[in-house]
Amino acid sequence: MATAKPKVRGKVTFQEDLCKGCGLCVSVCPQKIITLDSNKINAKGYHPATVTDMDKCIACTSCALMCPDVVITVERL
Amino acid sequence: MSVVFQKTRGLTDVPTHYCPGCTHGIVHRLVGEVLEELGVLDNAIGVAPVGCSVLAYKYFNCDMHEAAHGRAPAVATGIKRVHPDNFVFTYQGDGDLASIGTAEIVHAALRGEKISTIFINNAIYGMTGGQMAPTTLVGQKATTAPYGRDPNHAGKPIRMSEMLSTIDGAKFVERVTVTTPAHVRKAKKAIKECFQVQLDGKGFGIVEVLSTCPTNWGYTPEEALRWLEENMIPYYPLGNFKRPEEVE
Repeated sequence: MATAKPKVRGKVTFQEDLCKGCGLCVSVCPQKIITLDSNKINAKGYHPATVTDMDKCIACTSCALMCPDVVITVERL
Repeated sequence: MSVVFQKTRGLTDVPTHYCPGCTHGIVHRLVGEVLEELGVLDNAIGVAPVGCSVLAYKYFNCDMHEAAHGRAPAVATGIKRVHPDNFVFTYQGDGDLASIGTAEIVHAALRGEKISTIFINNAIYGMTGGQMAPTTLVGQKATTAPYGRDPNHAGKPIRMSEMLSTIDGAKFVERVTVTTPAHVRKAKKAIKECFQVQLDGKGFGIVEVLSTCPTNWGYTPEEALRWLEENMIPYYPLGNFKRPEEVE
């Protein structure tokens, strides 16, 4: 913790099979690190949400609070 | 490392059938979390409505009962009177509660039934394909109001929370929304307080949640949240209308 990037770091896990690609998590992420992965199509036929730069996650849980399908788990490192 | 957010035990593992971005899912989660946190999950009986949330009985991890359209408060009344020690709640949409079931909700509140109601107001009939509801805003387009709701023809939208707050038996009435993480937190707090009113035996409680219907409104999920904030909140103001301290 000597070099202070974000003070709190987090890790989010998406249950991609159940994601409906609504993008509400993308719209509320303060770090702008969530995106809908256009290279992937899940079993439901949607582009699932994914994190591009996990090092920037601050474990704020905003994405999880807005996810209508409760596919997100947030851990604080 | 610590887990700061994970799926509540209050919901089952069944994936919901709701459209992408539908806020029903958020409210389901909040109800599940509150049931778990209040320790009533094993003691709770929910009553599901007719409407988009007709399958809610599959999603809540507690005993559930299905009611005929609009009759959830009547069914909940029966359950609560036979099982006064159980926690009983109904989960209803605006087509269910504010239209065909208006009599049931008004009289359940009038009798001061010790039940709790979650009322989802998305200003449209979702399940049947976007017809005008009693809560549809003036000028808002629906399949049965292609030029927008005309108040001369259909009247103005009904404000259920304001109406129910005038009834003595209703002890807790609050309107919330879930358009931002901050609003989601407030909504959860309101649901918890509402459920506590029943646990304390004080009477009827209702939380109205302004919700979106991206599919029938014709917006993306994110646009729908902004439309709600710009159009619904001015007509349906957020806030608490009644809590037990004020009426005693």
